[in-house]
Amino acid sequence: MMVELGQYIPGTSCIHYLDPRAKLLGLFFYGLALLLAPTGITASLTGAAILPVIVLAGLAPSFIWRQLKPLLVFLVIIFFLQVALTPGEIIAAIGPLRITREGLDYGIMALARVFFLIVAASVLMATTDPLALADGLERLLRPGQRFGLPSVELALMLTLALRFVPTLLEEAERIMRAQVARGATFRGSQVKNLMPLIIPLFISAFRRAEGLAEAMEARAYRGGKGRTRMRELHFKPADYIFLLLAVLLVAGTAYYRLGFGS
Amino acid sequence: MIEVQGVTFFYPGTREPALENISLTIRPGEFLAITGPNGSGKSTLARLLNGLLRPGKGRVLVDGLDTADAASLVEIRRRVGMVFQDPDNQLVAATVEDDVAFGPENLGLPPAAVRQRVAAALEAVELADLKTRPPHRLSGGQKQRLALAGVLAMEPVYLVLDEATAMLDPVGREEVLKKVLALRREKGLAVILITHFMEEAALAERMLVLNEGRIILSGPPADVLQQEEGLAKAGLKAPAIVALGKSLRQAGVKLPASIVTVEEMARALWKLASGK
Repeated sequence: MMVELGQYIPGTSCIHYLDPRAKLLGLFFYGLALLLAPTGITASLTGAAILPVIVLAGLAPSFIWRQLKPLLVFLVIIFFLQVALTPGEIIAAIGPLRITREGLDYGIMALARVFFLIVAASVLMATTDPLALADGLERLLRPGQRFGLPSVELALMLTLALRFVPTLLEEAERIMRAQVARGATFRGSQVKNLMPLIIPLFISAFRRAEGLAEAMEARAYRGGKGRTRMRELHFKPADYIFLLLAVLLVAGTAYYRLGFGS
Repeated sequence: MIEVQGVTFFYPGTREPALENISLTIRPGEFLAITGPNGSGKSTLARLLNGLLRPGKGRVLVDGLDTADAASLVEIRRRVGMVFQDPDNQLVAATVEDDVAFGPENLGLPPAAVRQRVAAALEAVELADLKTRPPHRLSGGQKQRLALAGVLAMEPVYLVLDEATAMLDPVGREEVLKKVLALRREKGLAVILITHFMEEAALAERMLVLNEGRIILSGPPADVLQQEEGLAKAGLKAPAIVALGKSLRQAGVKLPASIVTVEEMARALWKLASGK
């Protein structure tokens, strides 16, 4: 059985080659800029900054569409709630529903924020190896170690999850076959019907965890303390340029937010 | 040298000792097989050698370092590498090379040194071509060779294999065992092979038979495997080749009693047949 995790699409674009830390920080700044943008139009323009990144990464529009599709209903609800519930200058009325100028603006703003954030997050996932992402997260959170944030352990948890999901999926399949051979059926969506699968799977996962802990200890693991990493991350000029652009985006929206633009 | 001195071990909440008054010395470069039926204490003994378990009574010293001393544990675990039975439970990373790096990273080596050790270890177990592959896409034999590489990257002195071939098919078993023996020859590693396959134990220089937490037989396989009664007491049986040798001797064929492997038997018969 082939199990591939996440939506990572291996590639050789310049976006793929950016340092995972730069991409994570970039996503953070992008989100911040979206939050700071004060109107529907500025939020949409800010969000559009992701378009050249998509083009550079060589991602197909159909890929982005696939990521958005399951969330479409959610996006529509966000939009209409804002439109319907914001008081202000009425520009149209359908029955009891009053559409206000402010509501329309808020609706577009909320829509743009969520929409573009999802798009940007999928671009990050699509262009970054999950392992590199875990590494990047570890380095970014490292300063938090001083305040008791277990950054090394968090990254290890992430990679262990990546390592064991395929193993547990295989196991689930094996258990399911074993139960079917004994006459079980897994039809119906009731949780009750899944018990014969879930309970053995949990037991086996705990047993594995025990064996794994022992094997890790045997290989001199003693928590994050004193642990080094084989993979090194280096910021390249492209990473600085990328981050600079992201910061400029934040500065631009902050400028509008503080009212200098109007 | 690993010295096990009068060790008795109880698992928490049990009244019967898992091991009772065990004393044993393992020299660097030695090939020792430890056998015994299920529940005889083989795996417990293995876990005492690298401090995964601490003795209740007695001491375990690894090159003079006491496993009861928490400060020495990292160095003890570097020296005493261990490969476990279930290949899926001992691989920790999402790619082959990251997995091999886990041990050296825990030792706190600088990244360049880690990379160099990973490359050397993967070379040694012939997995260098697969270094970016996720572990779940390897065969059983490959997974155990990867586990071996993970241990080798820590540059150990002793290699403990706790039933490391028990879950493999015959081809995988031979693949792993051959690699281990080659590594012993090349790097002078001591190999401590815990197994219930008598054919594997017969390859060792020395073997121990454990039963109910005690050493009941010990010595070169050629001697131990002749002691049918003692083996039977532990629910074990010598390899078929030993029985064959016995039958042939009873039938008047002049064979030495020390034959315990197929290869030795073939050589001896060849010698007889060619009349030398």
